[in-house]
Parts: sequence; C-alpha cells; structure tokens
Amino acid sequence: MTKHDKNLKGITRREMLVGSAVAGTGLVVGYSGLPGAVGGAREALAAGSWDHQVFLTMDNAGIATVHITKAEIGQHVGTALAQAVAEELEVDWNDVRIDYPDTEEKWGFMITGGSWSVNWTFDRNSRIGASARIALIEAAAKMMGVPAAQCSASNSVVTDSVSGSSRTYSQILSTTTIDRTFSEDEMKALTLKKFGEYKVVGKNIPALDIPDKLIGEARYGIDVFVPNMVYGRLVTNPTRFGAVPLSADDSAAKSIDGYAGVAVIKEDPTGVNTGYVVALGETYWAAEKAAAAMKVTWDSGPNANTSSADIVQAAKDSIADESQGFTWVLEGDPEGAMSKADTTVEAEYETSLGYHGLMEPINCVAMESNGIWHLFTGSQFQGRFTAMTAAALGVDGKNVVLHQQYCGTGFGRRLEPDGAIISALAAQQIGRPVKLIYTREHDLRFDFHQTHTVQRVKAGVNSAGKIDAMSHVVAAGWATKRMAPGFLAESVDKKGKIDQFSTNGSDHWYDIPNHYVRSVENTTAMAATPPGQLRAVAPTWTWWANESFIDEVAHKIGKDPLDMRLSMLSATGKNAGTPPNTVGGANRLRNALIVAAGKSGYGVKPMPENTAMGIASVASQERGSPSWTAVVAEVHVDPSSGEPTLKKITVAMDVGTAVNPDGVLAQIQGSALFGSSRVLHENVTMTNGAIDQGNFDTWTPMRIHQAPEIDVTIIQNGHYPAGCGEPVVTCVGPAIANAVFNASGARVRSWPITAEKIKAAQRGA
Amino acid sequence: MAVLNINGLKHVVDAPADTRLLWVVREHLRLTGTKFGCGMGLCGACTVHLDGEAVRSCQVELGDAEGSRITTIEGLDPKGQHPVQQAWLELQVPQCGYCQSGQMMNAAAFLDSNPSPTDGEILEAMQGNLCRCITYVRIKQGVRRASEIMGA
Repeated sequence: MTKHDKNLKGITRREMLVGSAVAGTGLVVGYSGLPGAVGGAREALAAGSWDHQVFLTMDNAGIATVHITKAEIGQHVGTALAQAVAEELEVDWNDVRIDYPDTEEKWGFMITGGSWSVNWTFDRNSRIGASARIALIEAAAKMMGVPAAQCSASNSVVTDSVSGSSRTYSQILSTTTIDRTFSEDEMKALTLKKFGEYKVVGKNIPALDIPDKLIGEARYGIDVFVPNMVYGRLVTNPTRFGAVPLSADDSAAKSIDGYAGVAVIKEDPTGVNTGYVVALGETYWAAEKAAAAMKVTWDSGPNANTSSADIVQAAKDSIADESQGFTWVLEGDPEGAMSKADTTVEAEYETSLGYHGLMEPINCVAMESNGIWHLFTGSQFQGRFTAMTAAALGVDGKNVVLHQQYCGTGFGRRLEPDGAIISALAAQQIGRPVKLIYTREHDLRFDFHQTHTVQRVKAGVNSAGKIDAMSHVVAAGWATKRMAPGFLAESVDKKGKIDQFSTNGSDHWYDIPNHYVRSVENTTAMAATPPGQLRAVAPTWTWWANESFIDEVAHKIGKDPLDMRLSMLSATGKNAGTPPNTVGGANRLRNALIVAAGKSGYGVKPMPENTAMGIASVASQERGSPSWTAVVAEVHVDPSSGEPTLKKITVAMDVGTAVNPDGVLAQIQGSALFGSSRVLHENVTMTNGAIDQGNFDTWTPMRIHQAPEIDVTIIQNGHYPAGCGEPVVTCVGPAIANAVFNASGARVRSWPITAEKIKAAQRGA
Repeated sequence: MAVLNINGLKHVVDAPADTRLLWVVREHLRLTGTKFGCGMGLCGACTVHLDGEAVRSCQVELGDAEGSRITTIEGLDPKGQHPVQQAWLELQVPQCGYCQSGQMMNAAAFLDSNPSPTDGEILEAMQGNLCRCITYVRIKQGVRRASEIMGA
C-alpha cells in the first residue's frame, strides 16, 4: 500500500451499529461516534445522541438510501458505491436511492480524487450492506420463530429455508425494533460474495444521477438561490498570484441600475490568494457591468516579471544542481552501473501548464444565518472548504457547513476552496448572501493549474541490450506542499519531504536493477503558478517521460518497443505484486500490453503512408493502486505541414473487477480523449505573471470532430476493483508521441505536440 | 419590461434590454437547466431554441428575444421524452451532465432540420458544443440513435 493510506483510512476503526429507536421506524447503519462507544444504535437514536457516520438508512417501506460522501463529478460514483451496498444487502435495486450529505464533523475526511472512491470504499460498503442484511435476517427469524441460520435474504425478502415462509424487508422494518452492534473484528470477519457470485455488482445499471441531467433538473452549485442574495463578479487581478488591491473607485459603477457595492479584500489569511475585488449587483448583469466600470489600483506583487520561460529555466537549473531535491527511488548502484554501461541514452521531457477547464465555472453561494455560515457549492474536498473558509472569516470551523451540489465536473479543481472563501469574505463585508460566479476568463486565469514540469531521464544499457541503470529527475511545482502538506512523503534516505503526488509513476514496474529517482520542487512555479491537482496528477507527466523514453531507448538499440517493454516486465522481486491491489504485479501490465497490441493489429495491420502506431503502458495512479493499462495510438502526420491527426486509440485496461462495466467504459472513453486533448490541443502560458489565454478561443480543447475512433477492452479477472477515471489519461500522451515518431521520424518531447514542433524535430534529425 | 414566451408560457421580465437571455432564463426565471459556460458563444452550454433554431443564449439580448418562441431544456418535451432525451438515457451519454442540456438542445434542432444525417454532418453540427468529460463518443452515438427513434 502507498505511504499515505494509513492517514486517510485511519478513521474507520470502529464498531458498526445497525438499528432503530423504536419499532417500525426503519433502520440506520453507521460507525459509532467513538471507538468503543457505549450503548447500541437504539439507545443512541432514542436519546437523540446519534452523532455517528451514517452510511445507509432504510425506511419502513424498505427503501434503502445510501449516503454518498464523495462528490458527483461525472463519474456516477454514487451508483457504483450503492451497487456495492445493494449486492450484500440483497435489496431490490428499485428500492435503492442515494443522497449527498452536508458536511459535519462526524464524516471525517471527505475527499474525492485519485481514482480512490471505488477502490477504497468498495470493501467498506460491501460490509455495510452485509451487516444490515444480517440484522434484517435475524429480525425476520425472530418474527417467524425460527433460527436465523436457516434463513436467507434475496431481493428484499427473508425466507426460511425449512418452512418456506418469508418476510419482506418492509414488513420487518415497519414492525420490529432492530438493535445490533458489530464489533470491528466481526465486521472484518464477514464473508462477502466473490467475483462470479455477484447479482448487482458487475452489471450495467443505469446511473442514478442521469435522469435529472436530461431534463434540466440536476442542481449544480451555480443553480443555487437563497433569499436576499446579491451576485458577485471578480475584477481581474493583474497577476495570477500575489496582487493586492490598493483602492477601488466605484464612482462610475454607482450609476448602474442594480449596483450593490464592492467588496475590497486586501488580505486572505488562508493564502489562497493575496487579494480580491468583488463587484456586487442585484442581478448578474448588474454585477458584470459594475466590474467593468470599476477602477482598481493594484500592487501587482512579486511575480509580475515571471513568464513561462523563467519557470522552465528554474526547473532546468534545479535538475542540473544535484544538491536540490530528495531521493524517491534508490535501487542498487545507479551511478556505478551507469558508468559501466555499453550505451547511454539521455533525454529531457516537458509538460505544459494545464487548465482544468470545468464546464461549470467556479462558483459558490455563501450565507450567514444565526451564526452559521452556509456554503452551497460542489466540492471534492469538503473538509478543506469549511476549515479554510472558517479561517478566512475568523470563525470556528464548526460554524461552517457545506451543502454539497452536483459538480459540472471536477478533475481536482474542486479540491480548491477559492470560490467559497471569496464569496464568504464578500458576504461578510457586505452583510448579505453572495452568489459568486467566475467568468470563463477568471476560471482559466485563476485556476490552480497543473504545474509545468521538466524531467531528465538517463539509461545505461548493457551489452545484452538490457537497461541496467536508470536515473530520472522530476522538477515540478509541488501542489501537495501548497494544499495538504501533511501528505508529503519521507524521502528514501529520510533527508527531506517529497511531494509524492508530483513524483509517483516514476517508481514504475519495469525491471531496472539500478534505479534512481530524484524529485525537485520548482520554487518559481510554486510562487507564480500555484499548482493544483489535475486529473491523473503526477502520472500524467512521469509516465509521459517513462514511456517516451523506453521507446527512445528501444529505437536506439534497434529493438521493437513492444518487445523491449515485455522483456522488462518479469514480475519478479518487488514487481511481483501483493494482494489485494497489486496482486499479479507486472504480469498484469504485460497482459494489458499484449491485449492492446493484439486488438490494434500492432505490427501486423497495414498502415497508410505517413501513418503509424505507437504503444505505451502505465500502472497509474500509484504504485500501491495501479490500474494496468496499455494504449496503442494510430497517428497520421501530414508530410508537408507536419500536422498530426489522431486516427484511433486502442485501450486495454485491467481493472480487476468492474463494479459497473458501462460506467468504467464511459470513464475510459472520456479519459482517453481527455489525455489526447491535453497533448494535442491544450496549452497555457504565462507572461509577466499573468496567464495569456482567456476563453475557448485561445484555449482550445478537443472538439467532437477531432475525436478519434476508440476501441476499448476492459480486462476483468476478479481481483479487487481498480480506479478507472484517470490512468488512461497518462497513457495516451506517450502512445501518441511514439506514433508520431514512427510516422514521421520526429521525436517531440514537450506538450502540446504541434505541427511546428514536428517540423522542427524533422529538420534537426 | 419585456414579455417572453418560454416553453409555451408568458413571462414578464423587468431587466435592461441588453441583458443576455441566458441570465434572464437562468437567474431571473430560474430555469437553470440552461447553463453558463463561456459568455462568448464558444461552448454551447447555454443553447436554447429561438423559433426552433438553436442559438447561444449568452449572445442573445433580451430585447431581441421578445416575440420569439423560446424553448429551453425544461420545455423540449412535456414528459422529458424527446427522442434525443430517450437516446441520451439509453446510451448513458451524460457524465457530469453540465454541458448536456446544450448538447441535447443543439442535437434536437439539428435533427429537426436534418432527420437522417451522415456521421460527417453530425460532427459538423455538434462541433460548437464543448464537453470536458469528453463524452463525444456517446454524443455521436446519441444523435445517431435519436435519428433512428425519430424515424421509427
């Protein structure tokens, strides 16, 4: 398991309580408030002292509501998590509902990201369903006067196998009192169904959130209204980070019908940014006009001279200076082995600043009522939103509640609480609720962008054509250090802390006897472009380097890139894998490569002129939670213009068990195109501290006519479910670059891959 | 004061004539199925029908919408069963769903004018509508399927 798991999972060591206060009032299932809590569910519910995490509620009609503490960002997570509960609960799927609770302290750590949701929660939700089923069977057995051991549950009915008599869940819940406590050991010992026994898991159950999204009824953060609210619109800061408003002259704004004032915030104690000016209006249109009429004098701050080239140079300098950064991987004797190598290959790879580009721009409604601050927004990190907003407001964290809304996707952007903080500070200043909506330009320019990265990779190949030594330096802005420093990991030599989420993926599954990885924080990037987490995070860049580089080495020594990869995936030693998450180890990556190669016709299918396939494989997201993935990209490069056209993507992905195969397929289709868009169509640059792009005319993600054909194979083998929303993002980039090389002879080592870069590489080659 | 005909109902709106129809529909009348995405007519999230034509409501001034028949996602079909909505459900097209009102409104107007399009025509018609979950595979299938449902 990965290094941080203990921190995040440590909240679950409790008893599970299943019960109701009085007969005929349904059922509540949740962890007890404290380890070894006194009294059972009945006592706590009757006394009104139930302050526990509630995961499942059933009413006396038998309707089971699964409470989802994950954000719905388009991955239909609620449906998959409810499927896990329903499978063991033996409830009729038509009786299953989901909801998304408001924040409360009892929920502990609420975060959505890292492809963790199903991977981490499947087992827990299965056990929740199983414990409720057992309590229901015991209650029904008592009603029927028979031993529970001879009863079983199916489709919301408990049946006595001897007499054949039965009780429906509704009959049980509407008449009896249930009070059952499961100790932690008992919860662990529950026998769960296995792959092949499932009735609900593994089925293409339609997503529960989709029907409302077809008729305009799904409520996103931007769709919230509260009484007496005003609209807030930001006046653009002159730099991405560090500017402070000195004064705001609203004399021209005052003549605008509906103008409601201006909030000038000269300090944000949370450090999310350094100052804001929010123009307010009774309508959005009035706020928009007021912002345009506002004359603000700014101190542009310390980053006003920083441009993209400075960020890149800082990264290169830090790579060259071996005293910078800390060691993430050290196997064998990399220096010694490198010095004895027959051939060495070295290359430098870059990835550009990335914009999340959520279709729903950042927004939040903030309102104070009776001493409680209410935030209405979609959040991937609810606990961080409430804590930081409380800090900004100067109130106790217990007095801030977040009301979770649907998210017009997330991709990690909604881990950042800037919208909540700014709307709350503006509301505090003006004394009225504020609905803040970022314009597209604000959303793009004040994103917490994916950091610009530079990586230097070197391999020493021995006379047998094997990579004997590899060194890899990763220079990046460290998003984790900025937003959640508690998650920094110890370096292998214990000399310092590393942002594992800027580095992982470099600890790959290839046989490299002598392997060194150094991770360096790019402080210039940190200062000017506060980095955030963007879908697939570090593996987006580390696997870009790994998989471009393995290809380069293969070509250099005259090997086929697929053969080269297969020869390095022996699944021995540390790459053998361990249950549950990495069982099978590198063998599963081998298998995915073979499937993708076979499905695509790699090396076999005749290719038109100037068209070629490229292959890549990844074990993203983290070494402890891999989804074994391989991609073959088919790319045409126009010989005169150099223009690359992505014709087809073939994906093979081993997810162990697909809880909802159609949902997995949707995630793979979307992530394959997301990764392709990132490397072929998207670019963000900085000039003098400000982001150059503004809207969808200058930042140009993939449109439907640019989407290639996609062929997906989901490999299931009954192993534990792996995440599926991110890994393919990290695999398509290098597959495309490798295909471009095979089609044109041009090796492009930076994003985006453009016609100009291809032509330049051809000239240089 | 402007009088708008939206989804067959009359609405009286007190807003300046240059207010964009998007904000009137969403924030004044609270028909929030129509979404804000870019404010420049570049993404299609705010697509509504004006006399049956797909338009970007962020580019339409309130004063220019008076006298037209306006349809939003809430009024596309009285039961939410327009062939496009049926196809979108059947193929599970939406992920986050935020852009999908605009996608469906655009597709519905397109199929109205071209009930049996080629794949190339579908791509051309839909390329003004961005999706960041990048559900393009299913959007394309969805338009094709809606065309079949309409022809059946």
